[in-house]
Amino acid sequence: MTTTLIAGREIHVDEEGFMTVPAEWTEDLAPLLAKQVGIDELTPDHWVVIRFLRSDFAAEGETATLRRISTNAGVPTKRLFELFPQKPGKKMAYVAGLPKPKGCI
Amino acid sequence: MKKLVVLGAGLAGTMAVNRVRPRLDEDEWEITIVDQDETHIYQPGLLFIPFGMYQAADVKRPRRDFIPSGVRFVLAPIEGVDPAAQRVTLGGGRQLEYDYLIIATGTTPRPEQTAGLLGDAWRDSVHDFYTLEGATALAHRLERWDGGRIVVNVMELPFKCPVAPLEFVFLADWWLQEHGMRDRAEVVYVTPLSGAFTKPVSSRRLGHLLEEKKVGLETDFYTEHVDASAGKIVSYDEREVPFDLLVSIPVNMGADFVGASGLGDELNHIPVDRSTFAAEGHPNLFALGDAAELGTSKAGSVAHFAAEVFTANFLRGLRGLPPHEEFDGHANCFIESGFGKAMLIDFNYTTEPLPGKFPLPGVGPFTLLEETEMNHWGKLMFRWTYWNVLLRGKDLPLPSRMLLAGKETA
Ligand SMILES: Cc1cc2nc3c(=O)[nH]c(=O)nc-3n(C[C@H](O)[C@H](O)[C@H](O)COP(=O)(O)OP(=O)(O)OC[C@H]3O[C@@H](n4cnc5c(N)ncnc54)[C@H](O)[C@@H]3O)c2cc1C
Repeated sequence: MTTTLIAGREIHVDEEGFMTVPAEWTEDLAPLLAKQVGIDELTPDHWVVIRFLRSDFAAEGETATLRRISTNAGVPTKRLFELFPQKPGKKMAYVAGLPKPKGCI
Repeated sequence: MKKLVVLGAGLAGTMAVNRVRPRLDEDEWEITIVDQDETHIYQPGLLFIPFGMYQAADVKRPRRDFIPSGVRFVLAPIEGVDPAAQRVTLGGGRQLEYDYLIIATGTTPRPEQTAGLLGDAWRDSVHDFYTLEGATALAHRLERWDGGRIVVNVMELPFKCPVAPLEFVFLADWWLQEHGMRDRAEVVYVTPLSGAFTKPVSSRRLGHLLEEKKVGLETDFYTEHVDASAGKIVSYDEREVPFDLLVSIPVNMGADFVGASGLGDELNHIPVDRSTFAAEGHPNLFALGDAAELGTSKAGSVAHFAAEVFTANFLRGLRGLPPHEEFDGHANCFIESGFGKAMLIDFNYTTEPLPGKFPLPGVGPFTLLEETEMNHWGKLMFRWTYWNVLLRGKDLPLPSRMLLAGKETA
């Protein structure tokens, strides 16, 4: 496991830069992480998603899927693709400081 | 009398009653299992039907043949569960009371969940193979096939048997060559994941297969709708993939009564504890097999390994003892790759698929993460194992916990 410096803090990340210790994340990191995946500004809609992801992870121990977010946070999938273009699943997890959503094999 | 009710007489439910019945006193325990129909389908065999390798008769058996004596089989649709009243409602308003409940109603393809999938073209140019009807219709379609673009599209995660669509793609490549049509046909695999194989070792070892077999790959594609008249699928980020024949893996969802009872997640799968298999807040209500959300693959082999852990811990729980061990997420899958060969993968929550020999370290006969003929025989033998070992609730000569012996490190 490697660490990197974000906002002057030492943060644990995996090879792809996803944070590995969810407790190290604070809201002030989100805009910096967002810039790294090409999102210049976090709008209130971004925050609805990020806060849902954080609270759902705290309860479930897993990063929510797009379907889970659209069903439970009320943000339609189409909108998720506008907010976090191309790879919303990965980008949302990255910005919210959570493990990237799982594949299977 | 104490009452144990099992919902669903598929693989997991049948396995559970076969394991538990001999261990519970018949004078003290009444066991009931419920299913909506009489016929058990060997689902792994559905993969072979479109290519004419298996017929419908090869995958069907009467359910009752596998229900042990001392277990009552009830034929009825399950309509509701009321955990507070400890009661199940069946079709026609009939009710069953329980002290302990096991939900094993699996997960099924729901084409209606994707816009445009269930239109006029359904079972004409748009297909699935996760049901016997779907696999059979696709076999008829392929009999008339004369080239064009076959697109295999996974709609949503998780879905049962995550390797089945890849196997379909590999078999399609082989079948097209056998029928002298490969030069007039394209095969494309479209997945919402960022690769065909996403775990590092499998993607390194197996990623080349698609290229070798000239299978096209479209990744990070989350299908928004199917436009069958224009012959294309369209993703949420507005990419389009054209098809002549669409083979979809529709959204997989657990039973509707699970959703209605409030026990399920957004896909009606029930999150359970990894050692007791109990649903949160319901110590006498368990979910097994594909109905459960365990954070691992939904597959028969997983259901089998999990059933061993469940049975041990359930019986301990009845005696007031704490659970012994936690399920490690062990999965073991043959991946049919065409031309009489298959691959084999063995993995769990913490260890990704590794190369080596299986099940006997260093000996095999099966080889992990490589295409061999022996693995193909293993895959065909799985049907015998399914009917005679798994369903009957017997142990495989394999431990439920994954072994690292015999495996290389990368
Ligand atoms: C094409 C395909 C290929 C596969 N290949 C493999 C493989 O190679 N290896 C492997 O290990 N696994 C494979 N699988 C997965 C495997 O078949 C499943 O994981 C396994 O069947 C799960 O068992 P289950 O008991 O949880 O569900 P099921 O076997 O699906 O049983 C669920 C039962 O519940 C009943 N039911 C559901 N709802 C209701 C209701 N409301 N009322 C009454 N009854 C109800 C159904 O009738 C059914 O009998 C494959 C699956 C498919 C579709």
